[in-house]
Amino acid sequence: MRPKFELLDPELIGRILNEAFLVLEKHGAKVGDSEALELLRAAGAKADHGTAFVPRTLVEKCLRSVPKEFFLYDRGGNAAVHYGGDHVHFDPGSSCLNILDAQTEQPRPASSADLIRLVQVTEGMPEYAAQSTAMVCNDIPAEMGDWYRLLLVLWYSAKPIVTGAFSARTLRIMLELLATDSGGFDRLRQRPRAVFDVCPSPPLNWSEFASRNLIELARNGVPAEMIPMPLAGATAPVTLAGAIVQHAAESLAGITIHQLAKPGSPLVWGGAPAIFDMSTGNTPMGAIETAMLNIGCAQVGKFLGLPTHGYLVASDGRQIDAQAGAESATSAVLGALAGINMISGAGMLDFLACHSIEKLVIDAEAIASAQRLLAGVRGRAGSLAFETLERAGSAANFLQLAETRTLFREEQHFPSAVTDRSGDSGAPGVLSRARARVDELVSAYEPTDIPGHVRQALANIAELALKGSGIVQLPGIEFAQPAV
Amino acid sequence: MSPEMISAMRQSIVEGAPERAAELAREALRNGIAPLDAIDAGYVPGMTEVGDQFAKRKMFLPDMLASAEAMKAAMDVLTPELERHGGQRPRAGTVVLGTTKGDIHEIGKTLVGTLLVANGFEVHDLGVDVSSDKFAAKVREVQADVLGISALLTTTMQGQKSVIETLSREGLRSKVKVIVGGAPVTRRWADEIGADGYGKDAVSAVELVKELVK
Repeated sequence: MRPKFELLDPELIGRILNEAFLVLEKHGAKVGDSEALELLRAAGAKADHGTAFVPRTLVEKCLRSVPKEFFLYDRGGNAAVHYGGDHVHFDPGSSCLNILDAQTEQPRPASSADLIRLVQVTEGMPEYAAQSTAMVCNDIPAEMGDWYRLLLVLWYSAKPIVTGAFSARTLRIMLELLATDSGGFDRLRQRPRAVFDVCPSPPLNWSEFASRNLIELARNGVPAEMIPMPLAGATAPVTLAGAIVQHAAESLAGITIHQLAKPGSPLVWGGAPAIFDMSTGNTPMGAIETAMLNIGCAQVGKFLGLPTHGYLVASDGRQIDAQAGAESATSAVLGALAGINMISGAGMLDFLACHSIEKLVIDAEAIASAQRLLAGVRGRAGSLAFETLERAGSAANFLQLAETRTLFREEQHFPSAVTDRSGDSGAPGVLSRARARVDELVSAYEPTDIPGHVRQALANIAELALKGSGIVQLPGIEFAQPAV
Repeated sequence: MSPEMISAMRQSIVEGAPERAAELAREALRNGIAPLDAIDAGYVPGMTEVGDQFAKRKMFLPDMLASAEAMKAAMDVLTPELERHGGQRPRAGTVVLGTTKGDIHEIGKTLVGTLLVANGFEVHDLGVDVSSDKFAAKVREVQADVLGISALLTTTMQGQKSVIETLSREGLRSKVKVIVGGAPVTRRWADEIGADGYGKDAVSAVELVKELVK
């Protein structure tokens, strides 16, 4: 059996969903985009001063048209991420402003060079099924920050990508970049490479941009990952169950808008819910209650048969220390056991404000352990131990048995050198081991095999989008011009 | 004022009981107690204790908000009487608050505002999604001592820099202390954009403002 962790019993899930439907019908949700409101109204919702009151029957109808599963594809066109069921994948956390400098161990503003390094490291680690547009690059003007970092990830990676747009205009550029990479909009629809995070504002507000985003993504057939982020006690009820209700109501409102725009478009029941720390006013991502919220919210999505996402494997300290290890590993294991399809957050410190590439490789160790845990204890056919004991005989020669040699690779996971099992009293500390691993992965990185004309087309889109911005050189984008 | 009365006033703030605080204020006025005495001897020590308990993690933000609410209830009763006698509670300072353009998150800033009011500051809260020009205009209008700019998002944090630039352009920068806060904000960022201070949370922001207006 596959080990599994559930937090909510069916009765509580039923109550949560009943209340979420009630919230949408009676309390309503704000919807900023006029077309989204019109779609809702035309389908039978009441709309008053930008607030939509959505009847349960309409939400349930829209839920029926959401695909239960879909795939993200790598650059080679292979299905690499399976959204749906209990499939579990991890990707680095996204959109932080700072990076923990590997040498000074202090946070500093992230740049495109840092993002490229992170992408190269992630590319070499099988623990991460997808890349993310992980940082806001300080050397790129804010108004082009979202599409430019997607360009960088496309340039340096072949993996699927978890991304997100900052505005309706830049979403268009991002879709063009992806379509160019995939070989056209039809091909992008058939084999999407990326999923877009779309965030409602708590409580219950699908802003003009967020609701517009849902409509555009639905119509382009590019998967949307809804990221409600109720903060329990500050922008949502303080109880975990109450915050999960609000998360569900926000998600259901998003699903309704999205499916009305284009029934059958792929969508993820995601989120980044957190508690609000009553002593500091911070939102601790490493808190066990934050993990419980993410797992509870995902469980509601799974109950509805939807693909899921959560925000885990992050820590709130500012350094790579025991706290970072404990918080990140705990939530990695719990999220994996909960069967969340995409778990974002690895590498993150300081309430999601700071990325660390060294932490990313340390987190990969916890993720690998979680993945081993998911594989479970195999009850093999025939004798489990009796025959082995007989064969080993009185000399206890287990090490020399043929079956030991055949089976040990399946039974045991072998961590990288980041995990110290050397028994050597002079072994370097974890940060040194992580630094060495990062260097090793960067050295082993091989440029993505992208045809020259595709690189040229991507660069052309970038140059066109940059017209008038005063930027002439594309940071991080260098390639030999294809021979004419 | 009797020691019992002083203790009851203090207690009403610590417990965060607005009705009780207001009732005691009315009783004090009926007994001819000077409003300023009631404030300084009865209610303010309550708020001070709440701050101490908060620092020790014995009390938390919801407790503190309730105490601020109780403080406001008492002040609502006492202020008209204070003004009728031509006096006023010495104002600790004038603060303008708001969240940067494009940012609609207000918890942090509202919390800071509530605590500043409880600590005797005059607070002008401009709300969320505030343009640089609007910040500058308000600073000029109320001759603010301190301007607090909040941002929750890494993207809208850049707006804090724009506000400071606007203040400089308008010739206001030297007249007002600027503090910044919000989840992604760091001391380093505050230094980089030329802010006068940074508060990592609501309570430290209040301490910072007190320090800056000294």
